[in-house]
Amino acid sequence: MSSIYSQVIDIIASQAVLDVADVGPESTLEELGIDSLGIVEAIFAIEEMFDIDISFNANEPGESDVDFTSVGSIVEAVERLVTSKRG
Amino acid sequence: MRRVVITGQGTVNPLGKSVQETYDAMAKGQCAITQLQIRDVERLSVRVGAQVQDYQAERHFSRQELVRLDRFSQFALLSARQAAEQAGLEAGSFCKESAGVVIGTAGGGLNTWDSSYRAVYQERKNRVHPFVVPRLMNNAAASTISMQLQLQGPTFSVSTACSSSNHAIGQAFHMIRGGAAELMFAGGSESMICFGGIKAWESLRVMSSTGCRPFSADRDGMVQGEGAAVFLLEEYSHATARGAQPLCEILGFCMTSDAGDIVLPSREGAARTMRGALADAGIDAAEIDYVNAHGTATAANDRIECAAIHDVFDSCVEELRVSSTKSMHGHLIGGTGAVELLACTLALTQGVIAPTIGIKKQDPNCRLDVVPNKAVHSRVDFAMSNAFAFGGLNAVLVLGASR
Repeated sequence: MSSIYSQVIDIIASQAVLDVADVGPESTLEELGIDSLGIVEAIFAIEEMFDIDISFNANEPGESDVDFTSVGSIVEAVERLVTSKRG
Repeated sequence: MRRVVITGQGTVNPLGKSVQETYDAMAKGQCAITQLQIRDVERLSVRVGAQVQDYQAERHFSRQELVRLDRFSQFALLSARQAAEQAGLEAGSFCKESAGVVIGTAGGGLNTWDSSYRAVYQERKNRVHPFVVPRLMNNAAASTISMQLQLQGPTFSVSTACSSSNHAIGQAFHMIRGGAAELMFAGGSESMICFGGIKAWESLRVMSSTGCRPFSADRDGMVQGEGAAVFLLEEYSHATARGAQPLCEILGFCMTSDAGDIVLPSREGAARTMRGALADAGIDAAEIDYVNAHGTATAANDRIECAAIHDVFDSCVEELRVSSTKSMHGHLIGGTGAVELLACTLALTQGVIAPTIGIKKQDPNCRLDVVPNKAVHSRVDFAMSNAFAFGGLNAVLVLGASR
């Protein structure tokens, strides 16, 4: 498992007030009980952690270049953004 | 006319983190003013203040709560919880649509403004926490109390500088008396002690760098404090019907505007407001036993307030006791009237009149019994609390003992 994966899991578990063991790649944010403000807070924590910018407008969540449906899809997007930053 | 009683009170302030601790400190004449412990204090010329000491937010709030709560909201929420507990108020025991909150604050989440500006301007960061706005808004404290205690009636914040608390309590009093609510949480909260907050005040050249000595010949200005107090105001029969014990009664309130100077107080305006509060309470000046003065320890306030008190109380002034508890807890700005109302409830419920401490030689222009340095034990049936804010906004409350 990549370190990005474990760091993202840490952030999402903390946001959901769950143990990291209860959060897996298939988990959806909805299942984890993370609402729209919770997503905004998690995005802030991820941006701070990796020094990346994630485009996200809570009014148009589907328009983001990051797919927020599952933990796995978020990790994939963060890996992509971190790689392109290293460019 | 519907009567309004106080059935619960709570506080977090530099003198104590409960009403009992605050009462004890006031009775002993303790001073909570110390050297400021804040970031960049070495760049300030004013380095004294009254901070809430030994405060660990994590002991009272979860991490999720803390990201949403500025320090001023934390103080207000803890105070409201104490008030609800003392009043024995439990969810389901009252109509939540008839219950509301009014909290006075001058600066709102000023620490959040300060640290966020520091992050983007000084540290050149390009993002701040997503909850900066809900943390710093002036109504954050009132809204959080309404959410936690499930109060769905009239809820808002009042911001009138140093009289914010008295205006807030006055609004809640009017709402219950007028029938718009049965119970209201009311008070004030402030936490302006941070580099930017003190720097702004420092620049006004009204701050002391030695201590707060109202009415003393050697006074040299005000000292900032922080904290909150919140009271549960309740319609009299509503309180008695649920078996709550009234601590005291709010009898009258008056608010006026000087329409004069943006910072200087007005003798006429102060006197007019005290007279208005007495008339609203339906009592004579001679019946007041204790006045908690605005008493900021600035030359302008103290002399004008004393003159105004002489104008209103005239020959009865010899019998009157007047103290400024800011000498102990500092000036809590928007929260100050609420903490000072505790000095009034202490006098009304326990016959202890809190002193004005730090008086070496009394200013001859302030000829009043200012209860110098030591508390006085005396029966108090009626008390008045003064607040005269920047902007020329005056707000005076009159309270009576429950007998």
